[in-house]
Amino acid sequence: MSNAATFDTRTDSAIPVEPPLAYSYRRSGAPAAGPESRVILRERALLGHLVLRGGAIVLDEAVREVLGLNLPGEPQGLVQDERGERSIQWLSPDEWLVIVPGGEEFELETRLRERLGDAHYAISDVSGGQTLLELSGEAARELLMKTVIYDVHPSHFPVGRGVTTVFAKATTILRRPSEERWELVVRRSFADYCYRWLLDAGEEYAIGVVR
Amino acid sequence: MFYIYCPYCGEHREEEEFHPKGQAHIERPKEPEACSDEEWGDYLFFRDNPRGVHHELWVHAVGCRKFFNVTRHTVTYEILETYKMGEQPSITADSQNQVAAASRQEGVRA
Repeated sequence: MSNAATFDTRTDSAIPVEPPLAYSYRRSGAPAAGPESRVILRERALLGHLVLRGGAIVLDEAVREVLGLNLPGEPQGLVQDERGERSIQWLSPDEWLVIVPGGEEFELETRLRERLGDAHYAISDVSGGQTLLELSGEAARELLMKTVIYDVHPSHFPVGRGVTTVFAKATTILRRPSEERWELVVRRSFADYCYRWLLDAGEEYAIGVVR
Repeated sequence: MFYIYCPYCGEHREEEEFHPKGQAHIERPKEPEACSDEEWGDYLFFRDNPRGVHHELWVHAVGCRKFFNVTRHTVTYEILETYKMGEQPSITADSQNQVAAASRQEGVRA
């Protein structure tokens, strides 16, 4: 076990916790999803986000043992468990993003630290810094094509791919966990901007927000 | 708009994701205290500004955030190659001149 000082960012104290888009719903509204909606937007709020840095081989062994997932070694790789709840994404040759259900991240971090011991690595809990927006529906790709500079055609962006790129001038992690779903991991401070951008751009597809 | 190959991501990406960071292969003097003012000044402030093949440092700022090297022609803006940090370029001004000279020879013979 390393001597890094860690603490659980989720406390037992009764502080009301609001998802990053709580204010946006109040100020900009949230159009209901209907049968005519060709795009559905849903925020997957308050998940556990960890950034792992270190050598691929060392981290792969630890992650396989602790999380039961392989570390994607190829650039732009994204792996997830059968239920799609836990995922690991390649960010750079020595950096990966792990997303787990909210509340699991501290235990995962502790177990990874125990397993990694004195190896050369870094684990950062970035759960509070970013949020995940999920787009589904037949026009989701068309909506992304309005601004994402990366080629999102299925032949170039198959399921199981994730890239860091530019979305509406903001840095975004864009992932495709399944055929019909797209995920945007955005900065918490950019969440309201991205939300309003999506509402505006999705108006013609009768975008609906599921809360 | 450039379409730049990132050697770490292993694919071409839009120029918008990158930033140029100046001349590549600048080595910091091992013993700065032992440098003359001129040597230190050269290291710190003076850069090449060639007309033709130039090696530059770029960063994939929005993607993998890794630095890498770009060999670029400053007249045509053509990117001749990109390669990882610590590697040496396969295309240089000399190698380009040799190619040009060889093709001139061919022309004379033909």
